[in-house]
Amino acid sequence: MNKRRQLEERFFRLCMVLSLILVLSVLVAILLTVFVKGAPALNLAMITQTPKGGYYLGKEGGIANAIVGSLCLAGGATLLSLLAGLPLAFALQREYSKRRTAGVTRLVLDVLWGVPSIVYGAFGFVIMQYLGVRASMLGGILTLTLVILPFMVRAMDEVIRMVPLELKEISYAAGATVWETSLAVVLRQALPGIVTAVILSFGRGIGDAAAILFTAGYTDYLPRSVMDPVASLPLAIFFQIATPIPEVQQRAYAAALLLLIIVLVVSLGSRVLGQRLARNILH
Amino acid sequence: MGRAWGEMGTRVIHSLRARSRQDRVVAWVLRIALASVNVLTVLIAVGLLLKSMPILRTQSLGKLLLSSTWKPLQSQFGLLPFLSGTIATTVLAMLLAVPVCLLSAVYLAEYARSRVRNWIAPVIDLLAGIPSVVYGLWGVLVIVPAVRVLGKALGYSTTGYSLLAGATILGIMVAPIIISICTEVLRAVPTEARETALALGLTRWEVTRHVVLCSSRRGILAAVVLGFARAAGETMAVLMVVGNVPRVPSSLFAPAYPLPALIANNYGEMMSIPMYDSALMMAAFVLLVVVALFNLAARLALLRFARDEQ
Amino acid sequence: MPHIRLRDLEIRYGKNTALRGINVDIPDGQLTAIIGPSGCGKTTLLKSINRLLDLYEEVQVRGEVQIDGANIYDPKADVLELRKKVGFMPQRPFPLPMSIYDNIAFGPRMHGITGEQIRVRIQQLKSQHLVEAVVGPAMSGAAPGSPMDLLVEHYLRLAGLWDEVRDRLREPAAKLSVGQQQRLALARALAVEPDVILADEPTSALDPISAKLIEKQFRLLKATYTIVVVTHVLRQARRIADYVMFMYLGELIEHGPAQQVLTAPRDERTKAYVSGEIS
Ligand SMILES: Nc1ncnc2c1ncn2[C@@H]1O[C@H](COP(=O)(O)OP(=O)(O)OP(=O)(O)O)[C@@H](O)[C@H]1O
Ligand SMILES: [Mg+2]
Repeated sequence: MNKRRQLEERFFRLCMVLSLILVLSVLVAILLTVFVKGAPALNLAMITQTPKGGYYLGKEGGIANAIVGSLCLAGGATLLSLLAGLPLAFALQREYSKRRTAGVTRLVLDVLWGVPSIVYGAFGFVIMQYLGVRASMLGGILTLTLVILPFMVRAMDEVIRMVPLELKEISYAAGATVWETSLAVVLRQALPGIVTAVILSFGRGIGDAAAILFTAGYTDYLPRSVMDPVASLPLAIFFQIATPIPEVQQRAYAAALLLLIIVLVVSLGSRVLGQRLARNILH
Repeated sequence: MGRAWGEMGTRVIHSLRARSRQDRVVAWVLRIALASVNVLTVLIAVGLLLKSMPILRTQSLGKLLLSSTWKPLQSQFGLLPFLSGTIATTVLAMLLAVPVCLLSAVYLAEYARSRVRNWIAPVIDLLAGIPSVVYGLWGVLVIVPAVRVLGKALGYSTTGYSLLAGATILGIMVAPIIISICTEVLRAVPTEARETALALGLTRWEVTRHVVLCSSRRGILAAVVLGFARAAGETMAVLMVVGNVPRVPSSLFAPAYPLPALIANNYGEMMSIPMYDSALMMAAFVLLVVVALFNLAARLALLRFARDEQ
Repeated sequence: MPHIRLRDLEIRYGKNTALRGINVDIPDGQLTAIIGPSGCGKTTLLKSINRLLDLYEEVQVRGEVQIDGANIYDPKADVLELRKKVGFMPQRPFPLPMSIYDNIAFGPRMHGITGEQIRVRIQQLKSQHLVEAVVGPAMSGAAPGSPMDLLVEHYLRLAGLWDEVRDRLREPAAKLSVGQQQRLALARALAVEPDVILADEPTSALDPISAKLIEKQFRLLKATYTIVVVTHVLRQARRIADYVMFMYLGELIEHGPAQQVLTAPRDERTKAYVSGEIS
């Protein structure tokens, strides 16, 4: 009897380990594939030149247009989200809103974070149509902001919520108002977490393709104004992998590798930076 | 002397007044900002609904959702192929992912040492952070050929761009979400539960199965539903491997065409054909409503689980 | 009845030594109370007898816990058998996520007990004078249900819970009051037929009346089981204990018959604790 049960235990433990190994090895396989395919394609020309012959013609050139475009799009969206999101994260705290309101809004934000980015893309497109604006960097940035704002607000909200009440009470006791306390004490205390949230949001923003597909367009040129269409790394992959021309596919591989590196750096960076800042702030 | 004191006094009072007024203003601004989030949410839904009104006026919702004829040029916009494509890829993805994810989560929560857990958590997060197009690229390079070989071996003629390829990629993509939420949920079960059951002479697995999993089933269900919602809305990666033929998929190796892929693929041409944009926006609206409802249900379940565990 | 013997037991959580140099023979068929100030290692000691510390990482156990002469920390020891033989009630009762009935039936089912075995077991229980005290006259004559029903009823009676739950056996156990949950935990532990019952502050979460009910059950049960109870309440130790172990900062300071330790302690620290100076 016990023999059988011990055997069952061992069997399931084996299944668990195998499952975890499967998940991890998929990750390794993805990293490996992208590195093996992308490394030969990624050279100086690739990252400094714009394509010479369009994504359907091949020829020389690289993906500088997509790199610059993606940085502009994700950077702009992250900045906008930070500007709008930080006040929102504070507004969720109990100093500013009732528990019920905050609870409902948190729920709404969580649901918004789950909404597919293609829906935001469609919505952004509808608005732009209505306003008579064509696909442009501005449109892309605004749509991307919609995508990452809920995540950023909730992430910042969680760290701001963790600031101990005692700390705020000290500040109140010293005569500071609620808002002064938020700025001087809470913000400072929560800064590492906020930085992490911002970096992670940037990572999410730069990888998103569905939201900018309609709204940012694509172009072979470097962006000149915010009203012009702009290229991006995810769409560079999406458009160029589908062509039969080898040189163009190379660009897709290079873009994928770059994107992956950015995501890795973001993932690592958010951890390292978050911890380093935390060390400076507490004590 | 006395005047100086008086002046200082008023200054302090003034600034105090100014400061508390500032405080009130800020509080109001923040409250309004918060309200605008909720307004924006409604706005998104209404915006898409308004755009889909034209087509809803010509045809009933039921007919649109249940007809399988997709001929935009003849103004026939049956969404059934796409709905069934979404349901088929998503359900299959969950069938592939859930057992593996659950077992992994159980291992991480119940068996792994905290060193291992702390080491694996960031790796899982990394998997969650990989952009969807990169998954798509990997799918094109690895999964699609693999499915082609498998299909040939089983006697199907297939390009590899198929329901199965899409579901596999989706399954991989939702794994990090399901694993990390499940791990958290399992770890929220109090140690007393394990001690109680263990003390009855149960093995670790029996404790997990009959006690830990049972008392956290609501949270686990929520994790699965969240994964499901994410899979249903996932666009680019699926679009790249699923084949995109507007027909109700007939086998695992046949192509499928999920809703998000439909929207993403056709924005270019939708302006030139009457009602086309309206049909696509209706698809987006349907997607929004379904995914939001799933998310809402899962979030509420998670909140309730967290409250119960306290 | 098994004999529990601790030899040079030392337990560490990482670098923090929670117990050291524990040597004691726990008397069979009596109720032993472990007393001592908070954090002195009472819970740790109790859990070490059931190998429940296996759940925690970083726990190091040195020395031996012998039950009937065999060291339970021997790598070859059968932990499942051990835990079946030694029941445990945690400080906070945890109703398993199932009905009251299933909470009791759960252990026997997992151990694959058969109807015939149940019948034999109930006969044994009846033959002990203890069960006659518990089983009401209505029970003996009435047409019995399935063997498992009988078993569930028996153990609920043994834990003094039967009369309160007889009409709601199929309700989720989580609906019971905490005091009832604690008695349910007792019944559940008894149902796997242990010889030893370990209880970690079983009354600390309870109101005085529920606490009295638990104490009453323990006094009844100690005729047939070896019981070890951790308690914070000195008066409780006076009421129920036959044997007392006093612990302080991870060491076993004094142990002996309750009368002696509680009224005429030899060690200064015990004296101070018993007179209420340290708590
Ligand atoms: N899981 C654990 N990890 C690390 N240290 C622990 C753990 N559990 C207990 N300890 C430490 O071991 C020592 C003894 O703890 P234990 O819980 O056995 O005390 P106790 O006598 O039961 O206290 P109380 O009366 O408060 O329940 C304490 O110093 C405690 O901090
Ligand atoms: Mg204790």
